[in-house]
Amino acid sequence: MLHVNSISKTYHSKAALSDISLTVQPGESIGVIGESGSGKSTLGKIILGLEKPEQGDVHFRGSNLHTLKGQALKASRRHLQIVFQDPAGSLNPKLLVWKSVVEPLENFPDVIPSFLKEVRHDRKKMAEVLFQKVGLSSELLERYPHQLSGGQKQRIAVARGISLEPDLLVCDEPTSSLDVSVQAQVLNLLKKLQRDLNLSLLFISHDIAAVQFMCERIVVLKEGLAVDSFLTEDLFSESRHPYTRLLVEMSMEQEYK
Amino acid sequence: MNIQMPRINRIPFFFKNQNLLIQWGIIFFLIITLITLIGPFIVPNDPLTANMSERLAPPSSTYPLGTDHMGRCIFSRLIVGAQSTLGITALVVATVAIIGIPIGLVIGYIGGRLDTVFMRVADGILALPEFILAIAIAGFLGPSLTNLMISIVFVKWIAYTRVVRSIVITERNKDYVQAAKVGGSSSWKIIRRHMFPQIVSPVLVLATLDIGKVILTISSLSYLGLGAQPPAPEWGAMLNDGRPYFQSAPELMIYPGLAIFFVVLAFNLMGEGLRDKWDVKSR
Ligand SMILES: Nc1ncnc2c1ncn2[C@@H]1O[C@H](COP(=O)(O)OP(=O)(O)O)[C@@H](O)[C@H]1O
Ligand SMILES: [Mg+2]
Repeated sequence: MLHVNSISKTYHSKAALSDISLTVQPGESIGVIGESGSGKSTLGKIILGLEKPEQGDVHFRGSNLHTLKGQALKASRRHLQIVFQDPAGSLNPKLLVWKSVVEPLENFPDVIPSFLKEVRHDRKKMAEVLFQKVGLSSELLERYPHQLSGGQKQRIAVARGISLEPDLLVCDEPTSSLDVSVQAQVLNLLKKLQRDLNLSLLFISHDIAAVQFMCERIVVLKEGLAVDSFLTEDLFSESRHPYTRLLVEMSMEQEYK
Repeated sequence: MNIQMPRINRIPFFFKNQNLLIQWGIIFFLIITLITLIGPFIVPNDPLTANMSERLAPPSSTYPLGTDHMGRCIFSRLIVGAQSTLGITALVVATVAIIGIPIGLVIGYIGGRLDTVFMRVADGILALPEFILAIAIAGFLGPSLTNLMISIVFVKWIAYTRVVRSIVITERNKDYVQAAKVGGSSSWKIIRRHMFPQIVSPVLVLATLDIGKVILTISSLSYLGLGAQPPAPEWGAMLNDGRPYFQSAPELMIYPGLAIFFVVLAFNLMGEGLRDKWDVKSR
């Protein structure tokens, strides 16, 4: 469904991504791990069509994403959504949260997600259903982002991400700005939604435990290079790249601290 | 950004409380608005009727503030003059905002070459101080109120475009805009729904503070003879009229001067108060 073919991206003559390839099948969840600055977000933005790669291409549902324009690009985007790292930044501070949630549905009046069939004519009702789906009370519909906790905001961002019932949801460190206690809740929510909606996930994180919990396959990025790629069950195998093993060790140490 | 906004640097101690600042500003503002709207109906005398036998009369029950060099009621002229001074100002500021805001939104959001071209033009226009430029244009077009307004609008819209542009440039890269794009929103929709709300409070602050500035500009240009033409009762023109009599009858200049002072003060207080309340940074 998604094929990333040896893409490279340079910022200010510094390589952010070099020769990255990966494939995501329907319903599959792929983890991308790496330290801060390793190019994870850049990869996500390219896959979403927000940035253009200098080399290589991204094929999504059979078309080259970066040659699409106007209506064709918009049509592809309907299947391709995002949850950003910082929920405070990903919601317009001056907009009631329910309006942020239904914005994609306004843009695609012909799209009727399975879970919104009965209420598709009513924006407010759609927001209510979506809030339910992410475990939020409908009392929170009429709030502004600053009146909500980080976890609640992130659930709202997730609600917006699934509102069009996309094929692929890119989650760029969706839990790393949240309290530890809330992180697990949001991960559980994402996992449940992924199963219920048969979503593909591109799950970006520097938290190995989270990726291990969420994903079937893992790609390791280091300074823009994909140094390792494997099935999650092989995370502790002898054949792992030394850098992967280093990351694993570091995350273990953190846990025992 | 190098847009200058007038700032009261030392706020008197009793205005230190920001809400008090707004309250006083609003009280003044309401009084001024009331006078402007109903003033012309309640003035004791016709502001244009000259009565040469009663030139420079002292205050009396017929003429609360006395008469000017042509025997016209100063009080009536001040009250009616509020309408022309403030009416023109409101019209100028509104026009400037209506021109400046959309251009700033589009240029800021689209960026690129459009933005470069705009900045060149803006720098070119503003190479001269605003006031000097307004004088030059008003002088070139010829003395009349309409030309005065055109010249001020021509100079002033740039400040609005710049403020709006710089806000949009910082906002457009935030995640919520990226999320809106991914959600299929058009540039037009993003500008309307996401960018516009971000600029409302800063622009209101800018406009409120500008009202004082524009009043001063209109009055100054009228004082120089480039704006309202006699016998129209405009405060700056009244100052100009009173100039030859400054030694013998200083009240001819003092009254319109005080009127200008209080109105400018009121709008500046309100602007400063709103700026603090909404936490708008000077740009
Ligand atoms: N818009 C940008 N302009 C310039 N450099 C950027 C930009 N976005 C990312 N970079 C650079 O690219 C590299 C990868 O960044 P990023 O993809 O954000 O990494 P990660 O998400 O893994 O922390 C970093 O060195 C970063 O400084
Ligand atoms: Mg990142």
